[in-house]
Amino acid sequence: MTAKRSVTVTVNGEARTGEAEPRMLLSDFLRETLGLTGTHVGCEHGICGACTVHVDGEAARSCLMLAVQADGAEIDTVEGLADGETLHRLQQLFSKHRALQCGFCTPGMLMTALDLVRHRPNLTEAEIRSGMAAVLCRCTGYEGIVHAVAEYASGGER
Amino acid sequence: MTAPSPDGYIGRSVPRREDRRLLLGDGSYVADLVLPGMVHAAFARSQLAHARIVSVDFARAMDEPGAAFALGGAELAGEMPPIGGMQVTAPKGWADRVDHRITLPPQNLMASDRVRYVGEAFAVVCADSRYAAEDAVEAIDAEFEPLAAVVDPEAAASPGAEIVHPDIGTNAVAELYVEKGDVAAAMAAAPHRVRRRFRHHRYAAMPLECRGVAAEYDRRTDSLTVWSSTQVVHWVRKELAFALGMAEEKIRVLAPDVGGGFGGKGHVYPEDLIIPYLARRIGRPVRWVEDRHEHILNAAHSRDNIHDAEIGFDDTGRILAFRDDFIVDSGAYSPVGAGVAYNTTAHLLGPYHVDNFAGGTAVVVTNKTPNAPYRGAGRPEAVQVTERLMDIVADTLGMEPAEVRLRNMIGPERMPYEVGLPYRDGVPMTYDSGDYPASLRRAIEEIGGVEAFRERQDKARAEGRYLGLGLGCYTEGTGVGPFEGATVKVDASGKIVVSTGACPIGQGHETVFAQVTADAWKVPIEDVVVLLADTSTLTMGYGSIASRSTVTSSAAIGDASDKVKAKVLAVAAALLEASEADLELRDGKVAVKGVPEMSVTLREVAAAAAPGWLSRRPEGSEAGLEATSYYEPPTVTWAYASNAAIVEVEPDTGRVLVERYVEVHDAGRLVNPGLADGQVKGGLVQGLGGALYESIEYDEAGQLLTGSFADYLLPTAAETPPIEVVHMETPTPLNPLGVKGLGEGGAIAPPVVIANAVTDALKPFGVEFNTLPIRWQDVRAAFDPAE
Repeated sequence: MTAKRSVTVTVNGEARTGEAEPRMLLSDFLRETLGLTGTHVGCEHGICGACTVHVDGEAARSCLMLAVQADGAEIDTVEGLADGETLHRLQQLFSKHRALQCGFCTPGMLMTALDLVRHRPNLTEAEIRSGMAAVLCRCTGYEGIVHAVAEYASGGER
Repeated sequence: MTAPSPDGYIGRSVPRREDRRLLLGDGSYVADLVLPGMVHAAFARSQLAHARIVSVDFARAMDEPGAAFALGGAELAGEMPPIGGMQVTAPKGWADRVDHRITLPPQNLMASDRVRYVGEAFAVVCADSRYAAEDAVEAIDAEFEPLAAVVDPEAAASPGAEIVHPDIGTNAVAELYVEKGDVAAAMAAAPHRVRRRFRHHRYAAMPLECRGVAAEYDRRTDSLTVWSSTQVVHWVRKELAFALGMAEEKIRVLAPDVGGGFGGKGHVYPEDLIIPYLARRIGRPVRWVEDRHEHILNAAHSRDNIHDAEIGFDDTGRILAFRDDFIVDSGAYSPVGAGVAYNTTAHLLGPYHVDNFAGGTAVVVTNKTPNAPYRGAGRPEAVQVTERLMDIVADTLGMEPAEVRLRNMIGPERMPYEVGLPYRDGVPMTYDSGDYPASLRRAIEEIGGVEAFRERQDKARAEGRYLGLGLGCYTEGTGVGPFEGATVKVDASGKIVVSTGACPIGQGHETVFAQVTADAWKVPIEDVVVLLADTSTLTMGYGSIASRSTVTSSAAIGDASDKVKAKVLAVAAALLEASEADLELRDGKVAVKGVPEMSVTLREVAAAAAPGWLSRRPEGSEAGLEATSYYEPPTVTWAYASNAAIVEVEPDTGRVLVERYVEVHDAGRLVNPGLADGQVKGGLVQGLGGALYESIEYDEAGQLLTGSFADYLLPTAAETPPIEVVHMETPTPLNPLGVKGLGEGGAIAPPVVIANAVTDALKPFGVEFNTLPIRWQDVRAAFDPAE
């Protein structure tokens, strides 16, 4: 294998450096090298969306990026959402609307929803369903997820 | 903080204890575990459906950087026995009543001389990283001599077919037959008879978390700790103890957070035994995490039946005779035996009274991935047959499908109703409670009524639009035995600590069992500690399969609590110098009834009950506040549901759009209505996936054609229609809480409900949808048969 390279990323506001073979996936770098196991891996071929993180402010599937491609990037993961002990509002709404069961897709759902809401003002339910189709959930049937994202997007109660 | 309520916690949608850690990214799944010195395992899996193994050479593999250990199936077969044929024990009441011949093939942990499906492991490599382990697997030099692949289950059972397991000598490894009444005579005498063939395709649980196992061996104490993404930790421990010749108490099996299971993690897999073996053999912790391609290849598939059914009926739509002969394509092995096949038979009659019935089954092995229970476990197949036939009877007689169903349904006045067949637990099937006709009427009412729909349908047809109404009813045996265990104790802090054999996979067990326990003890829910999926907390447990945990664990918790409460009251009576009969549990205390200021806390009672010099327990009583109970349910309790859906079928594309989907579901008393709702809705969406999108397909050589999420399509938020669930709550008399199981129910009906709706929509074209899934190509072709 090709020699390892040093990769430095800013994860959730903190500079982190690790060694990665050029072939190492960003998802594995985050999970195995940096120990950030909140980001989950469900298919490793870019369909399920569980591994979604933000790279330089945009949602990206970390299983479809190499760690070396992320060198110098700012990355946000699920671990950075809460403010200390206080859950992010979207996290609270996921709980309120029972938008999670096993929790495996949840990090990808949260990161995708934040990206969707930031880019698309005045989301309709159809747009939420279409946008959240980027991540697979096998447990909930999506209803709670759609409601949580809708309430978050509207900024009010639902 | 959920305030204690005088009415208790049961019946309230208490927020989940599980959510916080999962939302924060603090969940811990097998793939998140890091053990000091750990190596990573990767399996070499067959690329041929059927072949003799000529040679396996690890020389190049072990030269790969980081490779630490390699092992082939033949060597392992000398070290470990084949995996046990599990759940094949036939209770006497079943064996006496059901004609059966069962010769299930043993499954070596890895293929030793012959591979029998694409994906079957024949070697394993451990290396410093998963990347290195997969490199080493690539470098294994293995030579195979291909054999004819047995792919079609009907051909497999025919003379001259290649035999998948030569030691057994036939591919039909199990045959079952059960009858009530005289089906041949009643069929012959029936004024009307229809015969149809139904196919229920192969699809799978497909949890978002693939399987994974990690294990650590401690040489000093000769003990193993195993983490598995499983629904059955005690079962894994039992098989491991047998396979490794170790005492069960030297093995601890835990399921950490599990990312869904749906039955697909509900039995012991070879990897559950191989990874711990490797950890002991090489003296380093080993972790194996399946990838998605490997999961689709190797984790159990499900369904995959062909049914030939005949039904006899009179002019009014009364069913007089019903016979179904079906084949189950079991794949190369049958990890849980013939139980799923018989489950299909036992659910064919559903909510209907039929005097004459026969079910005949052949379980056939082929060169495909093994078939095992997935949410519904044999029931969706049965319900497809019965509920399609109800529509076909209606069509034959020019009646409304709802009318035929109501004419044959068992009314609430007949409860408890004896079906006349044994359940797979050996007990005669008895529907314990419910109102089936009310359920169907409610579903029809919720969807807007049949007449109103027919008007809409006619108008739409006149405009070239095709709407269809589909119905589907079922009954579901839940809370099956043989048993579940629970240990309950009051610890020194006064908290109630509960452990049970349930293994959560996302349902919210920690919350549900905290509710049940808090009510049993009249304590704030925060004072309940729930320990699950850890063999070290309970001697004997069974696990979370078959819609059973809320029923069986709750009953075991209740029974163990009763034993401990009796001790608590005895000790408190001594402390308060009061009569036990005058005491009550209230808000974490034991108090004299009507005199709340005369009380002791559970913490004080625990201190008094403890052994030692300071003990103040009554003379002659045993020290400690702890008890274990094993609940053995008398038999299953019957949940049921009625479904109604409206679809629109697009002539140009063949697309089926589900406009509305309603299920009226009755699982008895609901412990947590919000979580119950989530279980049913999640199951319904899985059923819609099975109806329309999900299909595991093989080519003629036994090559898997659907090995990724780009080929195996799960429903996304975009395709998923609004789902409406109405909960009826008819308590069962069979357990103290009146609860029935509800984990599987949702997934049972959608395939046939959608099939009925699409057939109804396309009635002008006279096409029946008796084969699943409903593919857009077939729908499109129905509009234009020449195409």
